[in-house]
Amino acid sequence: MNPLTALPRPDAATLDRLHARLVDAAADDDTLDVAYRTVDTPLGSLLLAATPAGLVRVAYESEGHDAVLSALATKVSPRVLRAPSRLDATAREIDDYFAGRRHVFDLPLDLQLAHGFRREVLTHLRDIAYGSTASYSAVAAAAGRPTAVRAAASACAVNPLPIVIPCHRVIRSDGSLGGYLGGAAAKQSLLALESAA
Amino acid sequence: MSGCVRSRSVSLPPFESIVAEHGAVVLRVCRAVLGPDDAEDAWSETFLAALRAYPRLRPDSNIRGWLITIAHRKAIDGYRTRNRAPLAVAELPHEPATSDVYELPDAALEAAVRALPDKQRQVVAYRYLADLSYREIAELVGGTEAAARRSSADGIATLRRTYAPEEPE
Repeated sequence: MNPLTALPRPDAATLDRLHARLVDAAADDDTLDVAYRTVDTPLGSLLLAATPAGLVRVAYESEGHDAVLSALATKVSPRVLRAPSRLDATAREIDDYFAGRRHVFDLPLDLQLAHGFRREVLTHLRDIAYGSTASYSAVAAAAGRPTAVRAAASACAVNPLPIVIPCHRVIRSDGSLGGYLGGAAAKQSLLALESAA
Repeated sequence: MSGCVRSRSVSLPPFESIVAEHGAVVLRVCRAVLGPDDAEDAWSETFLAALRAYPRLRPDSNIRGWLITIAHRKAIDGYRTRNRAPLAVAELPHEPATSDVYELPDAALEAAVRALPDKQRQVVAYRYLADLSYREIAELVGGTEAAARRSSADGIATLRRTYAPEEPE
């Protein structure tokens, strides 16, 4: 038998306090490369992840939050810590958006997960106003490649910052919704929310 | 060749999962070796140093062994030499039912562990709390594997003498 079995085990409150202390020390030390938290919304739990440069990833539950965090560890940095307080402002803006109180996100964004034409597309998506929609071909044209409609559609499909970069406002020319990484129902809900305001 | 392929396809998990999986063990080791007052500072120092070094860690490393090594080198060894306060063996609750602490066998065991000589205390904690092998322990505390094994046996023998779990009434 292990002779030290009876030694006290740290309680959850102690470990939480030490975890919070580690997050603060890491931020001061410039080694908190990716901070994350989740926020509950009408569309389920959203994962929010930020680098010191800004919000780098928003992920729906259907994408698998653990898988998304593993991908961030590989693509951005393995120095990933759960740090809710560092994403308070972001979570508040998301809350306000779903409550209909906020139409424009005022957050620093880190687009390092998108490259080339895809990044160009994301930049232009931010010009589509709250409550309005644009077609994939209009988005391709705005990004400087009018014939690259498919490439524009796939840029929307792999948007690392859904909701905040409004790829849900891009629909097909015939008026049908088109795909969405959060699912068609989520896309419909977001458009309904925005048209109700 | 296959080694190269493996090192490229295996990647490090988010550091958060390292804290979640090993945070409690490292804190138990720090408490056993340093006592409750210095344990939390040692834990914090250990995990901050680990976070700094983490991107350079080989993905197939023994994570718990790595963390205990950092704790030992950065924190435990340093604290030991900085605060060489003699341990109050006399305060150990040998007499049943007179001391408050004796009503808590966990605290009594903690005190008994704290009363062990430095090296025995480290070896016992690394072996029985962190589950390191005697070879790994010998690399940390110095000396041979056989010497680490002896220190552990001596420490456990002392604990059996100084610590008796409370008897059922």
